[in-house]
Amino acid sequence: MEILQNNIILLTLTFGIYYAARQLQKWTGWIVLNPILLTIVALILLLKITGISYETYAHAGNYIEFWLKPAIVALGVPLYQHLGQIRRQFLPIFLSQLAGCIVGVASVVFIAQLMGASRETIISLAPKSVTTPIAMEVCQTMGGIPSLTAAIVVSVGLFGAIFGFKVLEVWHIKNPYSQGLSIGTASHAVGTSRAMEKGNTYGAYASLGLILNGLLTALLAPLILKIMGI
Amino acid sequence: MIRQCFIIFGCLAIGELIVWLTGIAIPSSIIGMLLLAALLQMKAIKEEWVKGMSDFLISNMGFFFVPPGVALMLYLDIIKAEFIPIVVATVVSTIMVLIVTGWTHQKMKSNGDSAE
Repeated sequence: MEILQNNIILLTLTFGIYYAARQLQKWTGWIVLNPILLTIVALILLLKITGISYETYAHAGNYIEFWLKPAIVALGVPLYQHLGQIRRQFLPIFLSQLAGCIVGVASVVFIAQLMGASRETIISLAPKSVTTPIAMEVCQTMGGIPSLTAAIVVSVGLFGAIFGFKVLEVWHIKNPYSQGLSIGTASHAVGTSRAMEKGNTYGAYASLGLILNGLLTALLAPLILKIMGI
Repeated sequence: MIRQCFIIFGCLAIGELIVWLTGIAIPSSIIGMLLLAALLQMKAIKEEWVKGMSDFLISNMGFFFVPPGVALMLYLDIIKAEFIPIVVATVVSTIMVLIVTGWTHQKMKSNGDSAE
């Protein structure tokens, strides 16, 4: 299976599986068949079966992951497009972000602690709602396991992308701005990419939630953990 | 295309530079995003100078999360050992964030609207 360890072949497989997964979601129309989730599961199975190590895959995967940072920079464009609107309702946005950030960190820490998770796991879970680069940074400075955080962040994002709008509807949160904002706050860039599919307004507010919660979590998470005695 | 790449990577590079100089705990990509929005707002750059590239990056953002997601396979042991706490904590907490953020914003926004 030596040839399977070739970067180009691993990249081709990643593109191919993702494309197939996206087609599958289009045909069935099932949101649960999230192409990101399906591709991750399929790739893990493939690597396990062929015995290729994660390190080998990560070599190829880096070429894809690399674009995450420029993609986050690119969110500056929808942010700019909605700047006027955002300025007009600064207070509701800021306060709902603050509430979301504190609840996000405190609740996950509290529940994990209550259920007997180890200290490292608790710290790795704390920044789960925010985008990977921020979450890993926060986790590292507090002494967690950054790559466990990365994996959990993606899972949280998928949960938000798949069930986020459903949860909001059940709780009668119907305003498109509020919906976009909470999707971005709770499930960062993965949720934002789903919100973008729903419409530009949802997407712009989701990127706003992603940015603000990212900033707030970077600033407040260490403090919240300290207060909670972790 | 080259100009688009130059602007987006330029913003990111300045972000990296700021992080390196100040040791600030904010990711370079977030600084780059804020910088790009500021440059657009100040009319230092035009939207069409970055539009094609930014549309491409944003619409494919989910795909870029596949490799970090595959890293899950490294932690199957920890996840298996602490499966229930991890899943319950993240799911409940994520639902709480969605509701608290959305509810606060919707409530304050409708109050603000009626006050106008």
